[in-house]
Amino acid sequence: MDGLRAYGLIAGMWIRSSMAYRVSFAMTVVGNLLLSGLDFVAILLMFSRVDSLGGYSLPEVALLYGLSVTSFGLTDLAVNSLGQLGQRVRDGTLDTLLVRPAPVLAQAAADRFALRRVARLTQGALVLGYALLAVDVDWTPAKVLLVPVMLVSGAAIFGAVFVAGAAFQILVQDAAEVQSAFTYGGTTLLQYPPTVFGTELVRGVTFVVPLAFVNWLPATYVLGRPYPLDLPAWVAFTPPLAAAACCAVAGLAWRAGLRSYRSTGS
Amino acid sequence: MGSVRLYAAVAVGGFRRYATYRAATAAGVFTNTVFGLILVYTYLALWDERPHLGGYDQAQAVTYVWLGQALLAALAIQGGGFESELMERIRTGEIAIDLYRPADLQLWWLANDLGRTLFQLLGRGVIPFVFGALVFPSALPRSPLTWLSFLVVVPLGAVVSFGIRYLVALSAFWLLDGKGMLQLLMITGVFCSGMTLPLNVFPGALGEVVRALPWSALLQLPADVLMGETDPLGAYVFAAAWAVVLLAAGRLLQSAATRRVVVQGG
Repeated sequence: MDGLRAYGLIAGMWIRSSMAYRVSFAMTVVGNLLLSGLDFVAILLMFSRVDSLGGYSLPEVALLYGLSVTSFGLTDLAVNSLGQLGQRVRDGTLDTLLVRPAPVLAQAAADRFALRRVARLTQGALVLGYALLAVDVDWTPAKVLLVPVMLVSGAAIFGAVFVAGAAFQILVQDAAEVQSAFTYGGTTLLQYPPTVFGTELVRGVTFVVPLAFVNWLPATYVLGRPYPLDLPAWVAFTPPLAAAACCAVAGLAWRAGLRSYRSTGS
Repeated sequence: MGSVRLYAAVAVGGFRRYATYRAATAAGVFTNTVFGLILVYTYLALWDERPHLGGYDQAQAVTYVWLGQALLAALAIQGGGFESELMERIRTGEIAIDLYRPADLQLWWLANDLGRTLFQLLGRGVIPFVFGALVFPSALPRSPLTWLSFLVVVPLGAVVSFGIRYLVALSAFWLLDGKGMLQLLMITGVFCSGMTLPLNVFPGALGEVVRALPWSALLQLPADVLMGETDPLGAYVFAAAWAVVLLAAGRLLQSAATRRVVVQGG
């Protein structure tokens, strides 16, 4: 609870500071919206030349895209700063966070909170809205329920990746890009149908880094399509469990990372 | 002769500065490889659906992806070279000292950026490219002459990239806050260079326009030269013409900026 309060206070401070330059804020939101939309423009351009990709139609790909980008957008808005934690380790300013009477993770996550990142979330939600209207699905109560479950669990899974990545950056300060491969790379990967990728890669993101639980596994169930790996149907309903497991592992990694922190001493 | 030595020393400095961060380079190689993998599979699915899309076969599409990952950092396709540093110097007023130096501002940064380009080409570009060529089908030329013409067109692309980013950096004389321009640089760079999708796949008039813009010299042109899809001489002329135009525009903007410069923080 302490952590949430600290997070709220710090994030609120950064929002007030960005609101001091309203025009600049509005411009960066529009810019972020365009930047975030480029991936989807690429998909639209692809579909201007083909009717299906990996056997999936445009609304179906849009559903995967919308789920991936919306859940990632939630996480990116909330904890993006964890991606640059290495910088604070390098210049020793992590010390400042350690001596404050608030949880370090909450402080690190709220650090430089940028409201402009709401753009990615908005863009993802727009595509998701289009997909839900356009996609051809026999909606059952279970399928309807799965949509919000996917978004929340997906955001939690991405959040765990951010936290684990931040812990890794305490060890290897210049590893920010490794983290990007899993966060930005992860959300890009999940925008496309699993049928597009090699089985090895699908296996990796199902069993090793369980990103497939963000949308692939539950969404293939919603769309009534087979998953490339032979898994029982009930797996589609396990994203909350996967998310809980990821968060537990990330929490352990964070503790281990923070314990191993050695200040630059400058 | 003395000035050649000076700019050579600046270029060596640029090279060595980036060579210092080995962990960051390794992390970048990892990320480029992961993104390459994701893109390769989506392109394979796309070309599976429409063989010979944009005049490429599957192997060429794959080579295009890995070339893109190899050149992304080296040619600063989405930004990320000297420009944010120069903008910061303009914002803080340190630029006044630079203007007093017995060296030309534009040539100084060009030399610095070419040094960075060479390091990132070798340090970050080669490994993902070789990985891609070994693991996936590829369309690499056998003739050493084609490789040679590729090695001519890439530096031209580097100068074009510099020309664009120099203009962006100088905008800080008027705007002071560079966030919006850097974002614009990223959007245009990613979209117009063909990082998201090869420009020859873009439909109709949109394709005609993006292929005529300078960004096509960053990826599309080197790719077409490497894979023998275009006449190297025509490619040289196109890239060199844009390089000259952009450098001249940079000169003009620089003289306009320095005539009216009011040093910040004075």
